Amino acid sequence: MTPNESTPTAVGTPTAFLDVRDLRVHFPTDDGLVRAVDGVSFTVDRGETLGIVGESGSGKSVTSLAIMGLNRGRGPVHTSGEVWLDGEELIGASAESVRRLRGKKMAMIFQDPLTAMHPHYTVGHQIIEAYRIHNPVSKAVARKHAIDMLGRVGIPRPERRVDDYPHQFSGGMRQRAMIAMALSCDPELLIADEPTTALDVTVQAQILDLMRNLQEEFNSALIIITHDLGVVAELADRIMVMYAGRCIEYGTAVDVFERPEHPYTWGLLGSVPRLDRATTARLIPIQGTPPSLIQLPSGCSFHPRCPYEPRTNGRSRTQMPELVAVSGTHQVRCHLPVAERRSIWEKEIRAKLAGGEAS
Amino acid sequence: MNEVHRPVDEDALLSVRGLQKHFPITKGLLKRKVGAVQAVDGVDFDVQQGETLGLVGESGCGKSTTGRLLNRLLEPTSGRIVFAGRDITHMSQRRLRPIRRDVQMIFQDPYSSLNPRHTVSAIIGAPFRIQGIKTEHGVKRAVQDLLDLVGLNPEHYNRYPHEFSGGQRQRIGIARTLALKPKLIIADEPVSALDVSIQAQVINLLEDLQDELGLTYIVIAHDLSVIRHISDRVAVMYLGKIVEIADRDSLYDHPRHPYTNALLSAVPVPDPARRDRAQRERILLTGDVPSPIDPPSGCRFRTRCWKAQEICAVEEPPLVPRLGDPEGHATACHFPVADDEQIAGRRTRPPTASVVE
Ligand SMILES: Nc1ncnc2c1ncn2[C@@H]1O[C@H](COP(=O)(O)OP(=O)(O)OP(=O)(O)O)[C@@H](O)[C@H]1O
Ligand SMILES: Nc1ncnc2c1ncn2[C@@H]1O[C@H](COP(=O)(O)OP(=O)(O)O)[C@@H](O)[C@H]1O
Ligand code: SF4
Ligand code: SF4
Ligand SMILES: [Mg+2]
Ligand SMILES: [Mg+2]
Repeated sequence: MTPNESTPTAVGTPTAFLDVRDLRVHFPTDDGLVRAVDGVSFTVDRGETLGIVGESGSGKSVTSLAIMGLNRGRGPVHTSGEVWLDGEELIGASAESVRRLRGKKMAMIFQDPLTAMHPHYTVGHQIIEAYRIHNPVSKAVARKHAIDMLGRVGIPRPERRVDDYPHQFSGGMRQRAMIAMALSCDPELLIADEPTTALDVTVQAQILDLMRNLQEEFNSALIIITHDLGVVAELADRIMVMYAGRCIEYGTAVDVFERPEHPYTWGLLGSVPRLDRATTARLIPIQGTPPSLIQLPSGCSFHPRCPYEPRTNGRSRTQMPELVAVSGTHQVRCHLPVAERRSIWEKEIRAKLAGGEAS
Repeated sequence: MNEVHRPVDEDALLSVRGLQKHFPITKGLLKRKVGAVQAVDGVDFDVQQGETLGLVGESGCGKSTTGRLLNRLLEPTSGRIVFAGRDITHMSQRRLRPIRRDVQMIFQDPYSSLNPRHTVSAIIGAPFRIQGIKTEHGVKRAVQDLLDLVGLNPEHYNRYPHEFSGGQRQRIGIARTLALKPKLIIADEPVSALDVSIQAQVINLLEDLQDELGLTYIVIAHDLSVIRHISDRVAVMYLGKIVEIADRDSLYDHPRHPYTNALLSAVPVPDPARRDRAQRERILLTGDVPSPIDPPSGCRFRTRCWKAQEICAVEEPPLVPRLGDPEGHATACHFPVADDEQIAGRRTRPPTASVVE
């Protein structure tokens, strides 16, 4: 094992459109150092969708804000590692040059549309301004583009609604307007941070459909961050599961859903009731609660909650497992031997999930 | 109201008929009434002792208002609420007091529903003191027993809410609810503010307590998977009305109302192998939920329904069994979705319903 195994593509010029290498984001606070993101690496190509899942506080938003250069200027923060976007490194770049990339090269959809939209300007005004930063066109042309974008995200009568203020929109419409704003410059990388968490399922279905279509049309790279396993299963080509600031499992959607190897991933899958399966008598929760990022548990951060910890002869408590490839596409961070993990998944977990104990 | 409601179910723990809550909209200094938010508009259902009724529907459809009417935190505009054989619809607060103990609520937000300045012991013990309930070994012991029951360390009775995680705070809320030994618990979004890994812990706890204490639940949630897991019967609400109600399996296996079908098809399934099929079969509703101030005439779903015909704008469909469904499975729709149509209808994407603003 080499220390580089947590950075799968660590050396050489990046070939992927987005290549994140050993990203670390630490916040010094009065209580101690918050290691919000601690050595995360992944790649996303054009036309590809990466899903990032994990419970709240696992570092999903901080990861995406680091890519966008948005952690800076919000109090003290130590960011290290590399973020290569289309051959350009962003962590070491000046704030000004990163800012220039936002909008056209990369854009972000936030969980709460009100954080991205200004309450005192009309929705149209905000899209027009965003568009004109990157496109030298007249106001009239930009306005036409804004109306066009609002129509494409499913806002009824966009020529009228374009002059509304954000508060005049319903939650779902605001979310769509923000997507219109984020997409107005055809960004090559789009990061969507919990884009549907606050929405009803019917609106969520509309928004996901919209993002899928727009991605197909523009062949952009998409990162979708969520705690909803259903949403990633529908959208993502590859999935990164985060726990306490680190990636603990990374693979194709099929790897993660069909042959997951990390006990935390098993836990997530067992925690959610599913409509596509027979009703089970009981859910299989993960015991305990997520750890404090200031005082992470020793060894494997998941060990206080892991039912398989006793099977590792104490290693889980003393030594942090590396993220190790188990196939060409699949990486797992766990001390259990691969054969044992696969056997546990097949024999112990899978049957229980499939509704073996149907009520 | 010109609807005919079935007689109350005398055997049920709770029987609700024609329940209505209209919030008046007033204007000017004189508070002239200019309209009303028809938050809950003629709801009928029964809850049997020991069962769980799930209430689902989109944001703003009236779920929480229904819950707050049931334990009389809100005054009903009209209708009847019969609890344990007694009509409590307009019962005075004084006479309600003993009944209040029997009907308790659990709220969505475990952060704001606990007073941050009170210790866990004060919070859970408060009902004993306020209601003057005798405890066998004193309040402290009773509190510790409750902490133990909900899976918290009894040693922690002197800690403050902020010292607990979200899931633990929800357990504290549940312990407080149980202090009064209620018969009926109304849980309004009990897990939606919690992390996935913690949701399952709380759902299991609610189920265990039901088995152990013979509790009856009304669980309000927007998550259709959670509702299916936890409920015996399920009622689907849309714009202040129940549009479909049935036994759990009957509803999820034979959804009749177009809205129920749309809701179910919209739930993303955590199975990448089914991705394409799920997308193909998805019913995409267009437009937003209309305003409850001025709901559509006839069937309230008609502005988003792909099956709507002329009669739907004129005549409100009654909530009755359709297509030979059993007595307990009622649907309010003139053109309910047949079993074979469910699959066919989803495969050919329905023409997106015309948006009426
Ligand atoms: N006190 C009030 N005055 C006026 N309107 C109200 C009041 N309380 C609720 N409403 C309205 O009644 C309708 C139903 O609200 P309710 O809170 O019951 O919805 P809900 O189904 O619980 O939604 P959610 O899923 O968002 O919690 C909404 O349109 C709401 O805006
Ligand atoms: N500016 C900040 N200062 C200190 N801690 C922060 C800051 N921003 C985020 N954190 C912490 O970093 C951790 C990861 O946060 P985040 O990435 O937002 O989680 P999530 O996975 O829910 O998106 C959390 O513990 C959060 O409290
Ligand atoms: S390393 Fe040990 S504690 Fe961590 S997930 Fe694997 S078995 Fe569990
Ligand atoms: S009554 Fe008509 S509009 Fe209403 S759900 Fe049925 S078909 Fe659709
Ligand atoms: Mg976040
Ligand atoms: Mg509510």
